Amino acid sequence: MKIEILGVGCPKCKQLTANAEAAVKELNIQAEIGKVTDIDKITEYGVMMTPALAVDGTVVSAGKVLSKDEIKKLISK
Amino acid sequence: MAENNCMCQESGVLIFPCSGGSDVGELSDRVARKMAKCGQAKMFCLAGIGAHIPGMIESAKAANKIIAIDGCQVLCSKKILEHAGFTPISFNLKDLGFEKGKTKVDDDTIEKVANKISGGKVEKDISRNSGGCCGN
Repeated sequence: MKIEILGVGCPKCKQLTANAEAAVKELNIQAEIGKVTDIDKITEYGVMMTPALAVDGTVVSAGKVLSKDEIKKLISK
Repeated sequence: MAENNCMCQESGVLIFPCSGGSDVGELSDRVARKMAKCGQAKMFCLAGIGAHIPGMIESAKAANKIIAIDGCQVLCSKKILEHAGFTPISFNLKDLGFEKGKTKVDDDTIEKVANKISGGKVEKDISRNSGGCCGN
């Protein structure tokens, strides 16, 4: 599984990254967590509000700092 | 990375004009752009919602309020948004007295409609800045 955090690196993006890392750790799954900070790349995903979260290339959330539990629900679907 | 490019600001009000091919479609588009320029709303791409681009859909979900502006009673913008699961506040320019094929799209009309939709906020901006809303 590939999880991407889309955002230019503000505190909200950092918090979302930390929550995603915690969710992956708690679920004990294999996942690669990457960051997309380039605005052109973020826009290519259609994201107009950051931070956003993409799982295996599909944006599943934008404009919100999802909690660890919300991320766990999304990635264990 | 510079934080001044951050896209994580409050999403607030998103506005989706139908931007149709007729005079009233053009009016919907120019009203939305006027409101966006005056800071009353953020204009979004209706086409992206229609295409079900996940990033666009998820970005729109973060809005506090979604406004659809349609030029005519076909209500394409409202219906596209509803199809994607949103419940927009809908404005039909026909209900505001503008008829397809008989509408002159000029600055006065754009301002008048923008004021009706924004509850007079565009007009207030004009009165604050003698040069017109956002200096235009």
